[in-house]
Amino acid sequence: MSRNESRIAIVGGGLAGLAAAMRIAEAGKQVDLFSLVPVRRSHSVCAQGGINAANEVARQQGYSEWLHMDETLYGGDFLAHQPPVCEMTAWAPKVIDLMDRMGVPFNRTPEGHRDLRLFGGSLYKRTHFAGASTGQQLLYALDEQVRRHASEGRVNHYEHWEFLWPVIDDDGVCRGLVAQDLRTMQIRAFRADAVVMATGGCGTIFGKSTNSTICNGAAAARAYQAGVWLGNPEFIQVHPTAIPGQDKFRLMSESARGEGGRVWVPRKEGDTRDPRNIPEDERWYFLEEKYPAYGNLVPRDIATREIFWVCQQGKGIGGERMVYLDITHLPDATKKKLYAILEIYEKFTGDDPRETPMKIFPAVHYTMGGLYTRYEPRDDNQGMVQNAPGNMMTNVPGLYAFGEVNYQYHGATRLGANALLNCIFDGIFCGPSVVSYVDNLERGAADQPQSLFDDTVKQEEVKVKELFDAQGDENPYLLHKEVGDWMTDYGTVIREENDLKKTIDRLQEWKQRFKRVKLVDTGDWSNTNMTYARALGDMIRYAEAILLGALERRESRGSHYRLDYPERDDDKFLKTTIARYNAAEDSTELEYEEIRMGLVEPRQRTYGKVEAADSKDDAQERSGAEAAKT
Amino acid sequence: MTADNASQRTVRINIKRQASPDASPRWEAFDVPCSPGDGTNITSVLEYIAAHPRTVDGVDTTPVTYDAACLEEVCGSCTMVINGHVRQGCSQLVDRLLEEAPEITIEPMSKFPVVRDLAVNRERLFKDFQRIQGWVPIDGSYALGPGPKESPENQDVRYRLSRCMACGCCLEACPQYTFDNDFVGAAVISQVRYFNRHETGSRLEDERLEEMMKPGGVNHCGQAQNCVKVCPKEIPLTESIAEVGRATTRNAFRRIFIK
Ligand SMILES: Cc1cc2nc3c(=O)[nH]c(=O)nc-3n(C[C@H](O)[C@H](O)[C@H](O)COP(=O)(O)OP(=O)(O)OC[C@H]3O[C@@H](n4cnc5c(N)ncnc54)[C@H](O)[C@@H]3O)c2cc1C
Ligand code: SF4
Ligand code: SF4
Ligand code: FES
Repeated sequence: MSRNESRIAIVGGGLAGLAAAMRIAEAGKQVDLFSLVPVRRSHSVCAQGGINAANEVARQQGYSEWLHMDETLYGGDFLAHQPPVCEMTAWAPKVIDLMDRMGVPFNRTPEGHRDLRLFGGSLYKRTHFAGASTGQQLLYALDEQVRRHASEGRVNHYEHWEFLWPVIDDDGVCRGLVAQDLRTMQIRAFRADAVVMATGGCGTIFGKSTNSTICNGAAAARAYQAGVWLGNPEFIQVHPTAIPGQDKFRLMSESARGEGGRVWVPRKEGDTRDPRNIPEDERWYFLEEKYPAYGNLVPRDIATREIFWVCQQGKGIGGERMVYLDITHLPDATKKKLYAILEIYEKFTGDDPRETPMKIFPAVHYTMGGLYTRYEPRDDNQGMVQNAPGNMMTNVPGLYAFGEVNYQYHGATRLGANALLNCIFDGIFCGPSVVSYVDNLERGAADQPQSLFDDTVKQEEVKVKELFDAQGDENPYLLHKEVGDWMTDYGTVIREENDLKKTIDRLQEWKQRFKRVKLVDTGDWSNTNMTYARALGDMIRYAEAILLGALERRESRGSHYRLDYPERDDDKFLKTTIARYNAAEDSTELEYEEIRMGLVEPRQRTYGKVEAADSKDDAQERSGAEAAKT
Repeated sequence: MTADNASQRTVRINIKRQASPDASPRWEAFDVPCSPGDGTNITSVLEYIAAHPRTVDGVDTTPVTYDAACLEEVCGSCTMVINGHVRQGCSQLVDRLLEEAPEITIEPMSKFPVVRDLAVNRERLFKDFQRIQGWVPIDGSYALGPGPKESPENQDVRYRLSRCMACGCCLEACPQYTFDNDFVGAAVISQVRYFNRHETGSRLEDERLEEMMKPGGVNHCGQAQNCVKVCPKEIPLTESIAEVGRATTRNAFRRIFIK
């Protein structure tokens, strides 16, 4: 295909989408960039902690790209394909250098080098950071580069546009997409020689999470219903300490515990006294009691489960789903050090955590699973073949998935500060793969018949009309709340056969009830009532894949903990779950696929076995504990 | 929102609504249940209204359209005028607002065209970021080693400037920023300083300063300093305006002498 005619559509303007847009525009291709919100307001802006990479200082202390890879694989309980992880960690130092050149204000040492942070007890300082808002600075830097390309005419921004469906031809090749202008509500098709999905995680399927409101997974769910497979959908990371709010859970950084914060509940169930008036011997420091060695600094999985457990048994504060995270006893100097995170707590709760213990609870945080992607491994497995068209392409030719929305790199749980890396890496390493794909296309989107695009537009218009016409008795907001509550109760921290089955049965009801959704707004201008409801229908389909994946994976691994199968079972489940949507039945079908290893032998992850851990495992466990950090 | 709580009260919320850019605005009032100390903020009030869209007069209405994403005051989406002050809905607690007035009023920002209800169109701000070439002109994204070294002091200045979330509060409060002029406003002036303070970014310094000397540039600022008072991220806007102002003067002199 002639080089300068090709167009590439990118859905999502977080770190992954912007990095891809920059790289692809630089290769001279025309980019159409879609986002629900102005790209500068994407969810990536929320990331605080930092971004990992091997660096000179750590290297001289014995760290390396290889160790970074090893930590990532170990942290992910060996569920990740190894060649892509190897490639990502090898590129990490280059990613940091690049972002540095773009002007990201990384913290500096007195001499002017980039400063590094020790993350979650890792033995090596390998986390680069810009104050307490690394994601924001990285996102802005990429947004600026992409706007530079836009000013030269290579990128068109479609902000306040919603991706609705990929356009897939009779041969199963992706030829573009259909999207809707969220102001005029116009639905139209865009021809594209390749489409990159970079739509982030799906936290709001669980109702409230640490994610932004726009992280609802609907875009991924639509690709899934259109024929893209999901990989490992059951793997959802829960962060142990978040601030429960009426509208979301805000992250409470683990540094509060790192600096000496203590987790407790009143010994008396349902005690409603002011915590300051509860004497020491009437407080239950359950983490310290159960895990004397690690105390409040137990690895993330344990902390999350223990807190969840205590509350399930009605022992949370006032019987509610909350426990205290107490830093009131710490010296003033330490409180000062924690200033930035204590501020957040105060701003959003109105309480001063220096005076009164914080109330926290675990919250859904990160989506490890996602759109199924392939890659071209190198012969020695030490990475991916550069520029190969297949890197991070889904099972649908021409349709790619970058960033949090794909299922690669993190396996069964993600290490802190590895997500930002994964997003930018996908953009700059796999962006050129998209370019090679379109350069080798014999016939592009421009050669496709108009009817292909018109039909998909029609399909989406009909869906909207059906929603308007339903006029049933279901309030979409309350139905979403119910979905979120059930998914959180039975589909997150502690999973069990009967609970999962019960929830899957319930989900079949949600599908029916969704058909009776009542919209109170049937207007054709900036109608958020309709868009909210429409997304819910797609989220329910994604939820089914999460639940079914969790039900069938009868083992415990990383973030997936089965009360009835508490051990990891490599013989049966050292495999990728693949979920396919059966459109005729409106159901999910699962199958399992081997994982490409070749670099590191899976070893037992000592997470959770504090007593058994010898000193070597301790070190590994601590670096695994970073998963909790961000 | 927890129901049947003993201490539950309802709070009167008055919202200025507008169906479309050309429609005329109207007010609607809602009673929203919430308990003191439960952390209810303005975005959760709006979520409650979306699920229960009925006014105090018992009239069924539509959910209120507004922008929001992060819900933690970092994306800049949910800027609105609450009790007469411009700020983010997500970080405003009902309890605190009730200390200001017995009822809460919410209006869209007035310096940008209304899209619908509380959602406004802030494209002008993003265009102005482009107008000042708000980027570091790198030689492409291939690996070429690290960026320039930087002193912690300069990093500290740049970091504070980099936290601007393009929320628009400073523009809403600025008497000089109006529909009928093309003043860029404090946020954009501050970004000029941000990029000029980076070694590679400063390669475009002259171009940026030239833009600042045109109509709508830094000279348009009347030094009223409303902007710095309302910035939720405590960006040192007065300093930025002064620094960019001085730089443009210097540049102007230089050009006279070069000619
Ligand atoms: C509170 C918090 C703190 C974190 N801290 C860290 C950290 O310190 N370090 C780290 O490595 N990771 C961290 N993470 C994880 C990390 O922030 C995310 O994984 C990452 O930012 C995801 O980026 P992304 O580009 O994949 O997607 P996002 O940034 O989520 O962007 C998704 C994009 O897709 C668009 N989109 C979505 N749906 C549609 C649709 N239907 N149509 C059109 N556009 C659509 C959105 O508008 C948006 O532009 C944190 C996460 C959270 C929640
Ligand atoms: S100092 Fe005054 S006139 Fe100048 S930008 Fe700020 S508010 Fe506007
Ligand atoms: S300078 Fe402050 S008030 Fe102005 S847009 Fe930026 S963050 Fe908002
Ligand atoms: S929703 Fe992001 S600032 Fe309020």
